[in-house]
Amino acid sequence: MDWLNAILQGTLLGGLYAMFAAGLSLIFGVMRLVNIAHGDLIVLSAYLALTVAVGLGLNPMLALVIVVPLMAAIGYALQRLVLNRTMGDDILPPLLVTFGLSVIIQNALLTVYTADPQKLNAGAIETASVPLGPLTVGIMPVIVFAAAVGVIGLLQWMFYHTALGRAFRATSDRQDIAQLMGLNRAHVFGLAMAICLAVTALAGVFLGMRTSFDPAVGGTRLIFGFEAVIIGGLGNLWGTLAGGVILGVAQTVGAKIHPGFQILAGHIVFLLILAVRPRGLFPRMD
Amino acid sequence: MPELLEIKGLDARYGDFQALYGVDMTVSAGEVVAVIGANGAGKTTLMRSISGLIRNGADMVRYRGNAIGALRADQVAAQGVALVPEGRLLFQSLSVEENLIIGGQMGRKGPWNLRRLYDLFPILEERRNVPATALSGGQQQMVAIGRALMSNPDLLMMDEISLGLAPVIIRQIYEALPGIVGEGLTAIVVEQDIAKALSVSSRVICLQEGRVSLSGKSGDVTRDAISRAYFGV
Ligand SMILES: Nc1ncnc2c1ncn2[C@@H]1O[C@H](COP(=O)(O)OP(=O)(O)OP(=O)(O)O)[C@@H](O)[C@H]1O
Ligand SMILES: [Mg+2]
Repeated sequence: MDWLNAILQGTLLGGLYAMFAAGLSLIFGVMRLVNIAHGDLIVLSAYLALTVAVGLGLNPMLALVIVVPLMAAIGYALQRLVLNRTMGDDILPPLLVTFGLSVIIQNALLTVYTADPQKLNAGAIETASVPLGPLTVGIMPVIVFAAAVGVIGLLQWMFYHTALGRAFRATSDRQDIAQLMGLNRAHVFGLAMAICLAVTALAGVFLGMRTSFDPAVGGTRLIFGFEAVIIGGLGNLWGTLAGGVILGVAQTVGAKIHPGFQILAGHIVFLLILAVRPRGLFPRMD
Repeated sequence: MPELLEIKGLDARYGDFQALYGVDMTVSAGEVVAVIGANGAGKTTLMRSISGLIRNGADMVRYRGNAIGALRADQVAAQGVALVPEGRLLFQSLSVEENLIIGGQMGRKGPWNLRRLYDLFPILEERRNVPATALSGGQQQMVAIGRALMSNPDLLMMDEISLGLAPVIIRQIYEALPGIVGEGLTAIVVEQDIAKALSVSSRVICLQEGRVSLSGKSGDVTRDAISRAYFGV
C-alpha cells in the first residue's frame, strides 16, 4: 500500500513538473529557444505572488489574477526587447543571454527579498485531504494536477484549433514564409513567450504553496522541466505531462527506497529513458 | 499616376555576395510581366527583394509610389503583394486548408476566398484535411498558388511554378492563369520555359548574372535577342 501511495503522490507531483515544463516545451516548439532562465522566472513568479498576497492580504491563488497577466506582459516585453535580438541561425547567443538573465534575476531577488526561505500561505486547504479507498490524497496536489491537465489541454487546443496556434505552427515551420503571409515573427514570438510566462506564473504560485523557496531554487526547477520535456518527446505537450508524471513517480518511489535517493532516482530514470529512446517517448518534432 | 511597381538601381546582397546589380524594372497595373534568365541569374533574388524577404535600400523598390524596399515581408504583404515562392515551401505542420486560411489571415478584401479557390482547384477541397506536404507536387503547387491568392493581392509573383511538375499538370495550372489574372490582378511570372513565359506575358525582362540583359514586349523579342540575353554571347 505504501508503494501505491508513493506512485499516487508521484503522479500528482508530476502535474507540477509538467507545469514547469509546458512553457519550455511551447517556446522550444515555436522558436527553438532554450531558455536557461526559465526556472528563475518560475521563482520570480512565486515572489511576485508573495508580494501581491501579503501586500493585498489575498490568498496566493487569488494573487494569480494579478501575477498571471503581469508575467505575460513581462514575457512579451522580454521577447521583443531582448530575446528577439539574439535569435538567428546561431543557437549560442540566446543560451548566453538567457543564462545572463538567470544570474540577473537571482541577484535581483536576493537584493529585494534576501536569501531567507519564503512560503506562500494558502491556509487550511494546504493540509486538507480526502480518503481515496485505502489511501489519502491531499486536496492541494489534486488541484495542482488538475490545473496541469487543464493548462496542457488548453495549450493543445490553442495550438491545433485557433488562429494563434496556426500562426505558431506556421512560424515554427518556416519563419520567412510565415512572414510572407503577413505574420510578424517578432510579434508571434512575443505572444508565445507571453503565454509561456503566464503558465510559468501558475507554476510558480503552486511551487510556492507546496514548498518553501529562496532565490537560488530556480536551477533545479529548470532541470525538472527539461527532463519532463525530453522524457515526453520534443513538441508533444501531452508527452510533456507524461514526462512530468514519470519524473514525479521516479522521485517518490526513489524516496521510498531511501529518503536520500529521491532526486537521484529521477535523474537516473531520465538518463535511462534518454539512453533507450534518445528522442523521448512520444516525439512529434525532428 | 505612379506605376504599380517601380524598381530602380536595385542592388541585392547575400552577406558579402552581391546577386543583383542596378536592376531597373517597372510593372503597370493589369499587366503580366515575365522574368527569364539562366540558373543563378538572380530571378529568385529579385522576387525576394520585392517581397521583403531580402531588405534593400528603401527607394530601390516603389509600390504605388511608396518606397517599400526596406520594409519587412509582412509589411509588404499587407500592402497587397503576394509571392508564390520557388519550391512551394508549404507549411508542413498545417493541413491543406490551414495553409490556405493562413494565406488569408490578413483579412484583405477581394474576390478570393476558400469557396472560390476550391472551385478553381476542386482536388484541394477533396484533400483539404490532409497535411499539405502529403500531396503530389502539382497539388502542392496549387496550394502554394491558392495560399498567395487568399491574401487577395494586387500584385501576384510566381517563382517557377512549373519546376519539377509533369507537363500535364503545368498545362492545367497555366490554363487557370487567365482566370486568375483576369480581374485586374497584376502578375510577375518567373519561368525557365521561355515559350511559356512569352505566351502568358505582355512584357518580358531577362536577367543575366544579376543584371537586366533584355527587356521588351513579349511579342517583339526575337529568339536571337533572347539567346544573347540569356548567355551573353
Ligand atoms: N541564400 C543565399 N546565399 C548566398 N548566395 C545565394 C543565396 N541564394 C542565392 N544565392 C546566389 O545568388 C545568385 C542568384 O541566385 P537566384 O536564386 O536569385 O537565381 P535564380 O535566377 O533564381 O536561379 P534558378 O533559376 O536556379 O532558380 C546565385 O549566384 C546564387 O548562387
Ligand atoms: Mg530561382
